[in-house]
Amino acid sequence: MSGPSTFVPQSALGRWFESRLPIGGLVHSSFIAYPTPRNLNYFWTFGAILSFMLVAQIITGIVLAMHYTPHVDHAFQSVEHIMRDVNWGWFMRYSHANGASMFFIAVYIHMFRGLYYGSYKAPREVLWILGVVIFLVMMATAFMGYVLPWGQMSFWGATVITNLFSAIPLVGDAITTWLWGGYSVDNPTLNRFFALHYLMPFMLIGVVILHVWALHVSGQNNPTGVEVKNVQRDTLPFTPFATVKDSFALVMFLIFFSWWIFYVPNYLGHADNYIEANPLVTPAHIVPEWYFLPFYAILRAIPSKLGGVIAMFGSIAILAFLPWLDTSKVRSANYRPVYRVFFIVFVLTCIGLGYLGAMPAEGGYVLASRLLTLYYFGFFLVILPLLGLYETTKPLPATIADSVLPQGGAKLQPAE
Amino acid sequence: MANPSTVEPTRRDMLFIATGAVAAVGAGAVAWPLVSQMNPDASTLALASTEVDISAIPEGGSLTVKWRGKPVFVRHRTKKEIDEALATPLAQLPDPQTDAARVKKPEWLVVVGVCTHLGCVPLGAPGSRGEYDGWFCPCHGSHYDTSGRIRKGPAPTNLAVPTYDFLSDTKLRIG
Ligand code: HEM
Ligand code: FES
Repeated sequence: MSGPSTFVPQSALGRWFESRLPIGGLVHSSFIAYPTPRNLNYFWTFGAILSFMLVAQIITGIVLAMHYTPHVDHAFQSVEHIMRDVNWGWFMRYSHANGASMFFIAVYIHMFRGLYYGSYKAPREVLWILGVVIFLVMMATAFMGYVLPWGQMSFWGATVITNLFSAIPLVGDAITTWLWGGYSVDNPTLNRFFALHYLMPFMLIGVVILHVWALHVSGQNNPTGVEVKNVQRDTLPFTPFATVKDSFALVMFLIFFSWWIFYVPNYLGHADNYIEANPLVTPAHIVPEWYFLPFYAILRAIPSKLGGVIAMFGSIAILAFLPWLDTSKVRSANYRPVYRVFFIVFVLTCIGLGYLGAMPAEGGYVLASRLLTLYYFGFFLVILPLLGLYETTKPLPATIADSVLPQGGAKLQPAE
Repeated sequence: MANPSTVEPTRRDMLFIATGAVAAVGAGAVAWPLVSQMNPDASTLALASTEVDISAIPEGGSLTVKWRGKPVFVRHRTKKEIDEALATPLAQLPDPQTDAARVKKPEWLVVVGVCTHLGCVPLGAPGSRGEYDGWFCPCHGSHYDTSGRIRKGPAPTNLAVPTYDFLSDTKLRIG
């Protein structure tokens, strides 16, 4: 949607530089002149919030790494040292630990937004798949980060998750030993997890750049799901419109984030993680961090080890195929009355699975997990492919402008 | 352009293929150490055996020792526990194995205390031994019998038996 930049720097030095490295033009065309649909709602601010959270995690993380020791004999103490001795250490650690949760809240809203408005459909398939890749790398990063404080949940979470790979036929045990660098989760494991936990956020930056690049090729989707037809009528320039709206949403989000850091910093964590790791005693209930619970519930719903592992990874992998599983030509759920109902049930299913993932795997909880797992997969594999063929959709507005502007030639703010 | 299939291969084609082959072998030769460095190192391998004094374990009691970073259960089985293990028909076992194949001396059961499902340490204190008097894994509900064999739950196989030797009547070497 953005053509070659017409950006001309004001100063002579700026023009000298721009003719050698046109970075000013890149920024100008991507974040200033870039045309955004004029009907975007607040669900479209989570991309900016996510970018902010990634940077925040990297900054607090680097600060923590200056005081943290990745060794089984010192890791737990060094985190306590950060909490008690290091100036503002408690603030850095609580920001980082709760920051991970905020990051996931934002990413889940961002993903459900895509699901609701059909943002994964052509021509945005690659953009969506890059998003799934980001989600996977984020999960790996958060999982390894949670191992670093070397508490009981760190250790046993790491043990259970790395053991998932032992379900692979024939080579499973060899792969698990290789991941551990030993015969159990131990010092080599902690050490490499620290190295990878440091690395992966920087890989994320790379994938995020590709994600935004793909976004700027196809342009943003919008609540109607109707493509931009007339840039003058349908869009507004990124700055000031999106910049200000994103900033306002970010401030609101930061207030929410601060509430966790300053009032309930340990609410989302687990008390057992303040007990140092003990390889000889498993805590009575092992639960992963809240953002993994739905997937953990799916793992436990299947009564076979390999089957459970396949279902769990499958529940994430299936997202990558979504653009081809949904056969409907209409993007936005606002115009798909039946899909809208199935979508709401799907969101409730995910929340329900999250609840069940935190409950013990027995009796009625297992049955409920199985039913919800069935709906989870049924939504993608049965409902979406069939619904597109049978659903009667509502009439779409002819253009984005028609959906939001009073009819009859109201004065338009022209895009630059 | 001529149809390549009718043209004789040239010396240039030959060099091209040979160079590519050497590059592939070279890339593989460099990738191997990069992958292999993550496997257990020499110091981890060197810690591979542990000696245990079992004289203080009363009948019915058990001891947990650490071997290769994992717990190993050494259980001094009672007559009743041994009989239970022997009496179980193989047809009832998800991972059929006789008790005799799992012990060196019937009164001593030595198993790796790692649930074969996803690696938790099963509980074995009296009262929390599960439905088959052996061990119960609280993580996802696997029950093991008095021979450490899986009887119920998601774990696919029996508790592993490590390699061990009786150095004397009271001394055991694991590994
Ligand atoms: C995608 C971005 C990141 C996420 C989602 C993330 C997530 C996490 C999580 C969940 C923890 C455990 C917190 C706790 O319970 O104590 C953690 C710990 C840690 N992270 Fe990160 N992290 C990210 C980026 C980074 C970066 C870039 C660095 C450093 C360069 C870093 C360094 C650390 C350190 C040193 C710890 C251990 C101290 C502690 O437990 O508080 N993190 N991370
Ligand atoms: S780890 Fe023991 S039942 Fe899952």
